[in-house]
Amino acid sequence: MSEFNREDGVNRRKVLECMTWVGTGVLWTVAGGVPHALGLIDKAAAQEAHALTFLQISDSHIGFDFKTPYPNAVATLGECVAKVNALPTKPAFMIHTGDISHLSTAAQFDDADKVIGQTKLDVHYVPGEHDFVDQEQKLFLERYGKGTKGAGWYSFDANGVHFIGLVNVHDLKAGGLGNLGAEQLEWLEADVKGRAASTPIVVFAHIPLWTVYPNWGWGTDDGAQALSYLKRFGSVTVLNGHIHQVMQKVEGNVTFHTARSTAFPQPAPGSAPSPGPMKVPAEKLRSMLGIANVTFKQNDQPLAIIDSALEG
Amino acid sequence: MSISKTLQGALLAASLGAVCAPVVAPIVLPAHAQNEAPANGISIDNFTFNPPTLTVKAGTTVTWTNKDDIPHGVASANNAFARSKAMDTDDSFSFTFTTPGTYQYFCYIHPHMTGTIVVQATTGSNATQ
Repeated sequence: MSEFNREDGVNRRKVLECMTWVGTGVLWTVAGGVPHALGLIDKAAAQEAHALTFLQISDSHIGFDFKTPYPNAVATLGECVAKVNALPTKPAFMIHTGDISHLSTAAQFDDADKVIGQTKLDVHYVPGEHDFVDQEQKLFLERYGKGTKGAGWYSFDANGVHFIGLVNVHDLKAGGLGNLGAEQLEWLEADVKGRAASTPIVVFAHIPLWTVYPNWGWGTDDGAQALSYLKRFGSVTVLNGHIHQVMQKVEGNVTFHTARSTAFPQPAPGSAPSPGPMKVPAEKLRSMLGIANVTFKQNDQPLAIIDSALEG
Repeated sequence: MSISKTLQGALLAASLGAVCAPVVAPIVLPAHAQNEAPANGISIDNFTFNPPTLTVKAGTTVTWTNKDDIPHGVASANNAFARSKAMDTDDSFSFTFTTPGTYQYFCYIHPHMTGTIVVQATTGSNATQ
């Protein structure tokens, strides 16, 4: 794992290799602005105290009760939370990249809050399309949308890193992909205007902002425009969920990463007739669910993302 | 008569076979969906509307049924009719089309899923189109 601490940028490939088999969560470290992965969770924990470590979880789908082989979305979320609570270094906060619930009901959000609350971490949410099933999007926004703009977008700063939570599951158009919309794009442009290009940027949204597989709706129609406002920044990290599997791409100064679901896996793009839940043997399921831990270190080290699966 | 009953039994067995088939061989699904869908029904299978275009006479009630493991919803592309509640597995949504015309719709949870309902004027009033 020592390769992860090298400064030559080669380590990303190594990270990718790691991610394909590690898998429970993404442990992220922000280090002086350049994305980079550390290694296993205990390795990340060994980083200096001034590193910023936060956690990403996604796609809890509380309320999904399809029978075998899925034990129970509440139970697997609970297992992920136990994993988070067992981390040797407590993350500064958590982000949830959407699809907290399966059908946007108050009971499903209540159940999710009960389990996630056990981490005792501040949680920054963005909605998935399953959280916006009610047309007015009231249930999500009343609970998680305080202080946000429009359909729930916002930004905040932590340890010199600028975090931007975007909503790309509102005002969806027939035949289209994820949608940010003109109002949100305008807000984003203004939000980053005047910030130093050296500010590390972390953008998080539910549906991938890059086009993963349009045939299955895995992309955002106006994602490229959002990213164009971030071009001048030296380090941009884009964290998404929605596709229930780990995928990463590095393009120039932008690192794209998707996290696993805590509830059920989805097939690799095009590998099945549809993106419906993958039916995997029960003993294999936990190797396909998980969390992500991210660390940004305050030096010239790249950022670290560590996905870890519940098992395997 | 007893022969025809036997034949019916065989046909029933065959169609039951078709119902089970998608579980092991999802590729059979489109054919099965067409066979199983009632005359004015649209089956949602594998993130697609089957049939993708349905032509009916004005006054017909169209029913969508979700056969996927994931919820879907039905919404008019131009708000020509009120959208459905989210349909979980095996849930249905019905709407009666009284006005002739072409209605584009999509799944408001997975908007890449689209379909069309063509509503024709009832006999003798073709001019309303």
